[in-house]
Amino acid sequence: MATSRAPLESQGLPGWLQAMPFGLVFAAFFVLPLCFVIMVSFWDYNEYEMIPAFTTRSYTESFEGCLADLPNLCTMLATYLSTAKFCLIVWALTLSIGFTVAYFLAFYVRSATTQMVLFLVCTIPFWTSNVIRMISWIPLLGRNGLVNQLLMSAHLVNAPVEWLLYSQFSVALAFVHLFTFFMVAPIFNSMMRIDRRLIEAAYDSGASAWQMLTNVIMPLSKPGIAIGSIFVITIVMGDYITFSVMGGGQIASAGKIVATRLDALQFPPAAASAVILLVATMVIIGVLNRIVDIRKEL
Amino acid sequence: MTKRHKNAGAGVTRRNLLKAAGALAGAGVVSSFPAPAVWSAEEKVLRYLGTAVNQSDDITKKVLADTGITIQNIVATTDDVTKRVATQPNSFDILDTEYFSLKKLVPSGNILPMDAKKIKEFDNITPIFTKGQLPDGKVIGDQGTAPKKVMFLEGPHSKTFSKTETEWVTLIPTVYNADTLGIRPDLIKRPINSWAELLNPEFKGKAAILDIPSIGIMDAAMVVESMGKYKYPDKGNMTKAEIDMTVGVLTEAKKAGQFRAFWKDFNESVNLMASGETVIQSMWSPAVTAVRTKGIPCVFQPLKEGYRSWASGFCFSKGTNAKQQEWAYEFVNWYLSGWAGAYLNRQGYYSAVLSTAKANMEPYEWAYWMEGKPAEKDIHGPDGSLLEKAGATRDGGSYDDRMGNVACWNAVMDENDYMVRKWNEFIAA
Repeated sequence: MATSRAPLESQGLPGWLQAMPFGLVFAAFFVLPLCFVIMVSFWDYNEYEMIPAFTTRSYTESFEGCLADLPNLCTMLATYLSTAKFCLIVWALTLSIGFTVAYFLAFYVRSATTQMVLFLVCTIPFWTSNVIRMISWIPLLGRNGLVNQLLMSAHLVNAPVEWLLYSQFSVALAFVHLFTFFMVAPIFNSMMRIDRRLIEAAYDSGASAWQMLTNVIMPLSKPGIAIGSIFVITIVMGDYITFSVMGGGQIASAGKIVATRLDALQFPPAAASAVILLVATMVIIGVLNRIVDIRKEL
Repeated sequence: MTKRHKNAGAGVTRRNLLKAAGALAGAGVVSSFPAPAVWSAEEKVLRYLGTAVNQSDDITKKVLADTGITIQNIVATTDDVTKRVATQPNSFDILDTEYFSLKKLVPSGNILPMDAKKIKEFDNITPIFTKGQLPDGKVIGDQGTAPKKVMFLEGPHSKTFSKTETEWVTLIPTVYNADTLGIRPDLIKRPINSWAELLNPEFKGKAAILDIPSIGIMDAAMVVESMGKYKYPDKGNMTKAEIDMTVGVLTEAKKAGQFRAFWKDFNESVNLMASGETVIQSMWSPAVTAVRTKGIPCVFQPLKEGYRSWASGFCFSKGTNAKQQEWAYEFVNWYLSGWAGAYLNRQGYYSAVLSTAKANMEPYEWAYWMEGKPAEKDIHGPDGSLLEKAGATRDGGSYDDRMGNVACWNAVMDENDYMVRKWNEFIAA
């Protein structure tokens, strides 16, 4: 290890130079466009063009009625509250399912080959596109869909169950189905790094299985949990298509607000909505970072 | 051909090649040919941006065969077409868009009007576009962005709509239709004759509306009026208070669980209806046909309050040069000469020049599609698929019955920005 590292250090490529390629990509494709978005969000606009004059119109109009209509919720607050609710539900479900799957893979499966094979099996759904995986739920959950046909023929219900599709249930279901793997992967990774001697030590000290889980494995899986949570939360916050397709267009989301403004050719308010979304997501990630210091844990 | 090239190539040495090149270069200097003959035989290509209503392989092939023009179709949704014109005017040559978008597109200066004098059939275009009346003189509804309001500009580079007829036409019409609600008669089992039925609690959880604000709000206004709640001075140009009220009615219905879904594209509306998720919804004519070709009964129901109409047409990009504009005129003239019109009529749309389309259709086809008569023979779509058996009549009847009962047109309102915000509020409710 030490010998292989030495030549690189002796060549003396400074750290900043090594980080430069990625830094440049990051600046060109993320920082710069983001600056444009922020700039445009402060522009004025009319029916057909953006007017490069400073105004906070896009923001004040986006938050229209948020104070005046209290205690009723304005569009922006209602939308974010609804999106946050989905975040919480989806996060809790993907975390519990993802943790269980990762635990099984890491600690119950003994051979490394079986582990890898099973892990790859988890990725199979990703061989088709997001949208197809989502749309395939529709014939299953619809009013005359497979699930309802089963329930009806088993005489469990007299009329088709309506809340299976185009409902909060179907949106949450699709999210969990689509994104649980984003939890499995980082948690599995964290668990594989746990020094098995720690678990043996806990066992030798007389810890029960539950105590080993809560006192050893869970704390040491925290970085994986935090990374998985960031994946899931940012995706749900910014999602537009799952809400539209599975919610029948009836459920608001932050992404949908941006899309409607874009379609109406109103770029500045769309940019403002995007900035608001970014700030909201960063606040959530910030809070998460407070709970788990990811940098330190890595 | 290839073989001959090969043989010639075998005998060419580098030296000969250089000599020949030198001779050619010399010739170029001496003789002042404006452009070598190769260029004048240049392929005629037009990039055609539109919403796929009029863009089909059949039309593209026929244009090439008849005029030698290669059409490159660029297909986008209505909103994306508008976005593209506003942001990338050089990415297309000829544009096919809806009249209601003109209020956004003309002031941008990115499109150019066409010269009526260069359109052979211009005087035969149905007076719906020029005067807002049927060929027999009956005046039809003009609320919203009726084509006659935005048909003419004051000059070739003007951004002002002219109130009188001029030579400068914003869009040469291609296709138009009258839209209404689609229903599943087998599931509703009673006659439907009013827009108010969309919000009838009887269809709770089985209704849908389309989620394109500028069109959805018009459908909503038709519903509000037919419920007797309010009479709009102009549905197509609401005040803020009217928008609040209209969206309020929708929101109330949404909270009561009236809607199963909101649809945004054609295929979604077909799936909702075909699967029985909805039994009554805003719909477009070809979507109704698509449901029916699956063997599922679906009616494009005429309603007593009338239709919501739309129309689209051709203009060119400001980025086109004189030669491309000539091709564009040639293409548009071909389009109005009948073959394309008949093709569109057979899809259940209407063509702009009725006389030429009629000449390209069988009499029994014309009688079914345009005169509202029972079909003498089986009716086939342009692709040859069976649409209706002999004896069927078209929903809504004849051209005069359908276009004559237009109540309003798709529109962009003065308060569009406010309306879009309110629409988001409705979705979030």
